[in-house]
Amino acid sequence: MEFLTTLGLEVHTELSTKTKIFCGCTTEFGGDPNTHVCEVCTGMPGTLPVLNEQVVEYAIRVGLATNCEITQYNKFDRKNYFYPDLPKAYQVSQLYAPICQNGHIDIEVGGVTKSIRIKEIHMEEDAGKLIHDPWDDCTLVDYNRCGVPLLEIVSEPDFCNGEEVIAYLTKLKSILQYTDVSDCKMEQGSLRADVNLSVRPVGTDELGTRTEMKNINSFKAIARAIEGERKRQIELIEEGKKVVQETRRWDDNKGSSFAMRSKENAQDYRYFPEPDLVPIEISDEWIERVRGELPELPDAKKKRYIADYGLPEYDVDIITGSKFLVKIFEEALEACGEAKEVSNWIMGEVLRLATDTSTDVEDINFTFANLGKLILLVKNNVVNRGTAKEVFEKMFKENVEPEKYIKDNGLEMVNDDGAVREVVLAVLQANPKSVAEFKEGNDKVTRFLMGQCMKQLKGKADPATVNTVIDEELAKL
Amino acid sequence: MKITDEMIDYIGILARLKLQDEEKETAKTELEKIINYMDTLNTLDTTGIEAMSHAFPVKNVFREDVIKPSVDREIITLNAPAKKDGCFKVPKTVE
Amino acid sequence: MELSKMTALEIGSKIKAKELGVVEVTKAALENIEKTDKAYRAFVTVCGEKALTQAEKIQKGIDDGTLTSPLAGVPMAVKDNMCTEGVLTTCASKILTGFKPTYSSTAVRKLEDAGAVILGKLNMDEFAMGSTTETSVHGVTVNPWGENRAPGGSSGGSAVAVAADEAYYTLGSDTGGSIRQPAAFCGVTGLKPTYGTVSRYGLIAYASSLDQIGPIGKNVEDIAEVLSVISGHDPKDSTSVKQDSIKITLDNNIKGKRIGLPKDYFGEGLNSEVKASVLAAAKKLEELGAIVEEFEMPELQYAIPAYYIIACAEASSNLSRFDGVKYGYASPEFKDLTDLYYKSRSEGFGMEVKRRIMIGAFVLSSGYYDAYYKKALQVKAIIKQSFDRAFEKYDCILSPTAPTTALKIGENLSDPLKMYLGDIYTVSVNLAGLPSMVVPCGFDSQGLPIGLQLTGKAFSENEIMNVGYAFQQSTDYHTKKPVLKTGKEA
Repeated sequence: MEFLTTLGLEVHTELSTKTKIFCGCTTEFGGDPNTHVCEVCTGMPGTLPVLNEQVVEYAIRVGLATNCEITQYNKFDRKNYFYPDLPKAYQVSQLYAPICQNGHIDIEVGGVTKSIRIKEIHMEEDAGKLIHDPWDDCTLVDYNRCGVPLLEIVSEPDFCNGEEVIAYLTKLKSILQYTDVSDCKMEQGSLRADVNLSVRPVGTDELGTRTEMKNINSFKAIARAIEGERKRQIELIEEGKKVVQETRRWDDNKGSSFAMRSKENAQDYRYFPEPDLVPIEISDEWIERVRGELPELPDAKKKRYIADYGLPEYDVDIITGSKFLVKIFEEALEACGEAKEVSNWIMGEVLRLATDTSTDVEDINFTFANLGKLILLVKNNVVNRGTAKEVFEKMFKENVEPEKYIKDNGLEMVNDDGAVREVVLAVLQANPKSVAEFKEGNDKVTRFLMGQCMKQLKGKADPATVNTVIDEELAKL
Repeated sequence: MKITDEMIDYIGILARLKLQDEEKETAKTELEKIINYMDTLNTLDTTGIEAMSHAFPVKNVFREDVIKPSVDREIITLNAPAKKDGCFKVPKTVE
Repeated sequence: MELSKMTALEIGSKIKAKELGVVEVTKAALENIEKTDKAYRAFVTVCGEKALTQAEKIQKGIDDGTLTSPLAGVPMAVKDNMCTEGVLTTCASKILTGFKPTYSSTAVRKLEDAGAVILGKLNMDEFAMGSTTETSVHGVTVNPWGENRAPGGSSGGSAVAVAADEAYYTLGSDTGGSIRQPAAFCGVTGLKPTYGTVSRYGLIAYASSLDQIGPIGKNVEDIAEVLSVISGHDPKDSTSVKQDSIKITLDNNIKGKRIGLPKDYFGEGLNSEVKASVLAAAKKLEELGAIVEEFEMPELQYAIPAYYIIACAEASSNLSRFDGVKYGYASPEFKDLTDLYYKSRSEGFGMEVKRRIMIGAFVLSSGYYDAYYKKALQVKAIIKQSFDRAFEKYDCILSPTAPTTALKIGENLSDPLKMYLGDIYTVSVNLAGLPSMVVPCGFDSQGLPIGLQLTGKAFSENEIMNVGYAFQQSTDYHTKKPVLKTGKEA
């Protein structure tokens, strides 16, 4: 039997506001347990929440960037359940009137564009962290993350496979980064996805029973989890068993999922309007201001790069996929005006060095305009390409200024014809055997001679010039 | 409406309250009486009336995104029945 | 005149005039509590040492001119559901055993800033759920007006402390009548301000959309002064209204004021002596120049069910945080996390609190939300509209506060529904968020006080307090004192 897979995603992203959603504590990652907390975010009796305006601003931004309608009168609700990471025993979230609704993100898989609908985006607070203490065989509760603002972005079940899911997540991540609302560091939990998955035999219309896999925190793990769960469900059905609607945890090390123990609360969250917070009314002016301030988004940027600069689609996909690569591209371009060159450098040296030095793209830290300068130095024959790569490595690692570095280290190309000729003559004189071979018709020795000359010139000459001079001098012999 | 044993047990799970058997019987009778009294609301037609959670139309109360110093964790955990290493201590959570 | 029998403003002015010292007044108040409170048990915590230290500091502030409030140096006390930094705050519940908040509620802080001396914390129904102050883990508070009478509740301790002259004024909280009903039963003056007038920050929530802190005192002038200190916008409470603190001007002129009497509040179930007394008060106001007239508000009959649905729903959520993990009582023996939750909560909460949590969990549970909670919010809207209509015609609504006078201790606990029905005249005001004040207006044949309830439109505190003031200017019910027992007589 053939099966179709249906997938939906709930993505949680921690917003990069300075403070928590309902109190003035910092959202900074890390810190000793319970050092980024106060009476409000630990739910001390009598405390009350006050909404951070920036959270609303960011939610509108993401809503507009994902083509959502902004709910101009929206409210918070309480989601009630008991767990030690939730100090009030309710999470302040939005059920009845979420801030954004009915949007979509377009993805491209295998050259085909597909629109993934976004059901809603809502604001809520993050929970704390539970640390297992093996010494006492108990759990320790750290509320530092408690109250960090989250957006939950809920898609419709529009995905058919893991590839589409990854394409969507990649696109969503770049949108969140472009709009400056989240750093999307999956390893720090600031981007997490819950995957809803069901399968059904081809030819049937009714969706199968779905399971939910929670908090998977890398793209690769998500792809594996989807494949694993799809297989598990198909096997169940083929064995004549039933898929149970449940929440499962994907164990990426074991490569399998397991049912999470029911928290004995039957998933009855008893949502009701949060009486401690007042409704949010978003005016047309507010929406239009945010819209006006939106940066150019990945899709638009990609189109423009291809149209204006004639760059290959593959390269543009990579560059526009990351706000940080875009920043390098645009700042370097600004300094030199050579789009193709900049793109080549990014696709080549920048990404190579990032990989070699295990640097995350967002942590690449040199003066990007200097890449533009370096490109001009190559173009103007001040250095040759080979030397430029060495210079760039220095720039990448130590943020040196290329022009000064080249000068200080005497790396300028030797453009003086006389100086080159002097070296060539010396090399020919020192290698009579090679010269003899050349005379016998062995052209290949010019390569060796070329190498010797460049060595003497410390690589600083334009190879084309050296080649010409060698040819000239050999012809004279 | 009849409040059944199952309902009382279910409510107990939601509220994390365990009643003794005799308490449960009393609770069943009382809750039933109270809920039935609440049902008198059904004699009032509320069609088209918007549910009102706030009596006054206050809206858009915000805080600026400015960091305030956090509270010392010794203070935050001052009242904790069990603590360790600056954390609240609870029985092992199984997952 | 005995020191303890004076009003807050009288004491304040004598302190200001250097006729009395703050320490002297505080000492006298503490001695008085020592002497009297064994019989009435209004206090659950007396902070003697702290109060005296505070008193010295306040005296300095008064002397150097930094403390100028008419209430500076006047000893008062606070209901035990308001957080007081470093001082036990229990909500009269076992589940908050030993809880010392690390911060003070805004209302308390404002009073302290104005130079109030805090004598201690006052008894109440557990988590403010009740109308008798009998559900407290600390035991029953006794009404000084009658043998074996309950003071009403939930702010029973706050009303008794004033009635027994143990504190010059107190803070209570009112979710469905918890300031007004005990004030009526104890013959004192109490105000539930408009929702949002006094910050709820630091008030341990029962029902967030209905709770409001307010003063209880010996007369209208005193509580007007307290209101001016505790009111005003608080950036820590999103539901606090953006307005400055309220300054009340009392002018004793109610000529031409239109006062409405809802017929629906004077029918079946109202004790005839209470009815007679309240109607006589209406007559008195008429004599003073007000225009009194009856009107109908049939929607009021739906207030109690709507109130209990909303209050219990919010309470079930607000009280979920008490789980034995972060503060308060934790069951000493448990086998796992779930067991810790069940045991701490089942052992820590009293029966009435459990009952309301369970009602709340039920009305919010899957499948019942629309039929109960949503319906109740719609009824709330209808009640609000019907008040809006009434206030197009009237400046103030006059009514009884409770169907009876103070009940015997234990009389009301046996039947919860019967107890809920006793809130008939008070809960609608909380649903609509309105200001409402109780002033003493007589006594029944057993000598128990009767209170008159004056309700105004939102933010019309000045209006209703002026009516209450005029009434007190021409009557002396509020100056009557019970014969106090001392020592362990009760």
